Amino acid sequence: MQRGDAQDRALPRPLTPDHQHPIPKPSSVGVMTVHSARSSVTVPLGEVVPAAVEPTPMRVSEERYVLTPIPDPVFDIQHLSLYYGEKPALIDISFQIPRHQITAVIGPSGCGKSSFLRCLNRLNDLIDGSHIEGRVLLDGQDIYAPSMDVNELRRRVTLVFQKPNPFPKSIYDNVAFGPRIMGIRQRAVLDEIVERSLRQAALWDEVKDRLHASALQLSGGQQQRLCIARALAVDPEVLLMDEPCSALDPIATGKIEDLMVSLKENYTIVLVTHNMQQAGRVSDYTAFFYMGYLIEYQRTTDLFTHPRVRQTEDYITGRFG
Amino acid sequence: MRKRTIPRWRAEATPLLGLCGASLVMALLMTVAMLGLVFSYGLGLFWQKRIVHFQLRDGSRWLGEVWSRETVQDPTTGRPVRRIALHHGNRDLWGTAFRWIDEADVVRQEYPPDAVRIERLAWGPAFGQPRRVWAGDRPLIDPVDVRDPVWQELFASVHQDRRVLQDVEGQIDAVNDRLERVRRRELRLRHRSVSDPSAWAALQAEKARWEGVYGILALRRAALMERLQQYVLEVAIADGTALRIPLAQIVTVIPANRMSLGERIRLYAQRYWALITENPREANTEGGIFPAIFGTVSMVLIMSLAVVPVGVMTALYLREYARQSWLTRVIRIAVNNLAAVPSIVYGVFGMGFFIYTIGTAIDQTFYPWMAPTPVFGTGGLLWASLTLALLTVPVVIVATEEALLAIQPEIRHGARALGATQWQTVRHVILPAATPGVLTGLILAIARATGEVAPLMLTGVVKLAPDLPIDDRFPFIHLERKFMHLGFHIYDVGFQSPNVDAAQPMVYNTTLLLLVIVVVLNLTAIHLRNRVRRLYHQGAL
Repeated sequence: MQRGDAQDRALPRPLTPDHQHPIPKPSSVGVMTVHSARSSVTVPLGEVVPAAVEPTPMRVSEERYVLTPIPDPVFDIQHLSLYYGEKPALIDISFQIPRHQITAVIGPSGCGKSSFLRCLNRLNDLIDGSHIEGRVLLDGQDIYAPSMDVNELRRRVTLVFQKPNPFPKSIYDNVAFGPRIMGIRQRAVLDEIVERSLRQAALWDEVKDRLHASALQLSGGQQQRLCIARALAVDPEVLLMDEPCSALDPIATGKIEDLMVSLKENYTIVLVTHNMQQAGRVSDYTAFFYMGYLIEYQRTTDLFTHPRVRQTEDYITGRFG
Repeated sequence: MRKRTIPRWRAEATPLLGLCGASLVMALLMTVAMLGLVFSYGLGLFWQKRIVHFQLRDGSRWLGEVWSRETVQDPTTGRPVRRIALHHGNRDLWGTAFRWIDEADVVRQEYPPDAVRIERLAWGPAFGQPRRVWAGDRPLIDPVDVRDPVWQELFASVHQDRRVLQDVEGQIDAVNDRLERVRRRELRLRHRSVSDPSAWAALQAEKARWEGVYGILALRRAALMERLQQYVLEVAIADGTALRIPLAQIVTVIPANRMSLGERIRLYAQRYWALITENPREANTEGGIFPAIFGTVSMVLIMSLAVVPVGVMTALYLREYARQSWLTRVIRIAVNNLAAVPSIVYGVFGMGFFIYTIGTAIDQTFYPWMAPTPVFGTGGLLWASLTLALLTVPVVIVATEEALLAIQPEIRHGARALGATQWQTVRHVILPAATPGVLTGLILAIARATGEVAPLMLTGVVKLAPDLPIDDRFPFIHLERKFMHLGFHIYDVGFQSPNVDAAQPMVYNTTLLLLVIVVVLNLTAIHLRNRVRRLYHQGAL
């Protein structure tokens, strides 16, 4: 886990072109902040786990803070619990996700961020032995209701995976995959969707001359943008992004972040990230998960500057995680 | 750090490496030895040797080709004796075509320039020195020289007539086929108790018509035969007595001692070509093995058509649809064990299930008027192919499952996350990705199936089946027909033949061809797989 430093707690800064710089500055990457984090608690450099930083016990805080109500929510999550077999992965999560905003979900590994994301388009259904309790309302409609068409739901709420996962098909066929399975066959319509989606994903100019080359020939960052274009091609309402930049270099990361900001005009984005700087840079709201519980949910600015819960503060200042 | 105490040779397992290398060499040697044996015998036996004339101490004389030489121990004296296996042919005279001659007994050995080897339609080759040609009871060419244009012209015209005769015989075959169809219609009418006199009259009229055609053709055939029979080649065999061979019986006359190298090479090529393209003669010991090649290849193709869909669908269900539980584990173990069941068991099962159960049911349902003659209720190409498909389906299932397992879950879930149904994901993402693996399974299945003989013997292979399963007669594909197979041919010719020595070239060359077919089929499948793999990586699939 990366540690945030004192400067980072002033996040979010306005989006400046600094992270588009070929060599990103330390503060925008977050991996060089270790020393400042240590010095902030006056620990000599090079020592292992200083005694001055009290290790937080593996205990979930009794304190919670969930901002509510949220104006114009897309998702209204009510007492959601998720179990893999007997083992709970999410416990009694309730909050609302605003429309046409970026909501970031942060938390240490294994806290249930990705599982939560996969509840929103029922991708957890594919895992044997998983079940949920509670309700998830999408525009007031329970997505776990028996009448819900799951495939339709997944088109409205699509997921972009952590690792770029283009199909081993051509670039064109990757983007056209969604429309095709929806039954669109006309070449002209497909052409138009493919071009629009690739433009939205800021990939068109790079691939327009080789649409029929294999998607596997693209670089990692291009592949991830292709996956975003592929998701946009089914015309979703919500884009779920599961650590979309964790496999990418800083330049590609910057491009994807810009892309997310530009997409929020038309789409609701839920972003799971390990990278608190990223959450601070791009998101409007942030939820902090810990061991399957939602600890705090606030506007991003507030969460990073004035966390209401001690555990959130410990986490974002890098005292554990 | 502690000093390493394991000696270097143990850490690097030097002796084990040597053992690995030795095993590899052993495997290579065995393969090379097997191929060398097959190639040297198979390819060598069609080479025309010189014809040698031996005069022995007891006064007897022999003409023929030296087949092999070997040294044996004399049972009484215990001294080594060198002896010669001589292929003297003329089986019609002596009942055998080979004999052993002690080299010590040979008084004189020469290579008479006019000695010929005569390939005949019956009784195997004859060796002798041509004397004259008879037309009926008067000499036509006397003396005859087989390089003389007069002889060659006569022989060519006889050949022409023989081709006409073959043509007529083909027509007779077609008429017989017509008559057989009329007979079946008659059986059908009788079975349905049709009393409509016009139907019977039409049937009788057609029967009479074809019988009339048959009569004409039979007359033509008789006339041609007679004309062909009148020319007779008289040859002097080894001891000088005359042997009269009708020209119609002669396939070729080979002046083996007067041939140039070029002629020998041409003859060699001709013999090989005949082997590949002609029907067998003489209880399969001569002629070609085309029906066996055709039968083997068509059987493997039909098996492939059956095994791939069944294997792929099974694996898909097992891996993609079925919930993984103890039941799927049991099924998987059972499938793996099926691959170890002896193939003869499959033969018995194929006979009991396909032939006696399904075949009989088909006969009772669709061909009741043919009873008691079975149509599908007896061995045939279809049943043999299905039996082999059953035998090889575990291989395809296992290979397909491996291929499905190798597909990353991100790809699967990626498609589902876009709203694709399970089937759409399978159809558009998973199957294309698994195709190379499926083809690998098919390659293994082909390799196994091509070499199988035992199950075929119970399900439809026969010694001789000149009627190919695919021909120009309606409905063109006759899956119920019995067929010939190279593997069975090896067994039949090599071990069931009345004339084992003469069949030797056949056995080796059949083996060779079987190997070639296995390699060709495999290379085709491998090529296909590599193509698919390339297309897949280019994203064109």
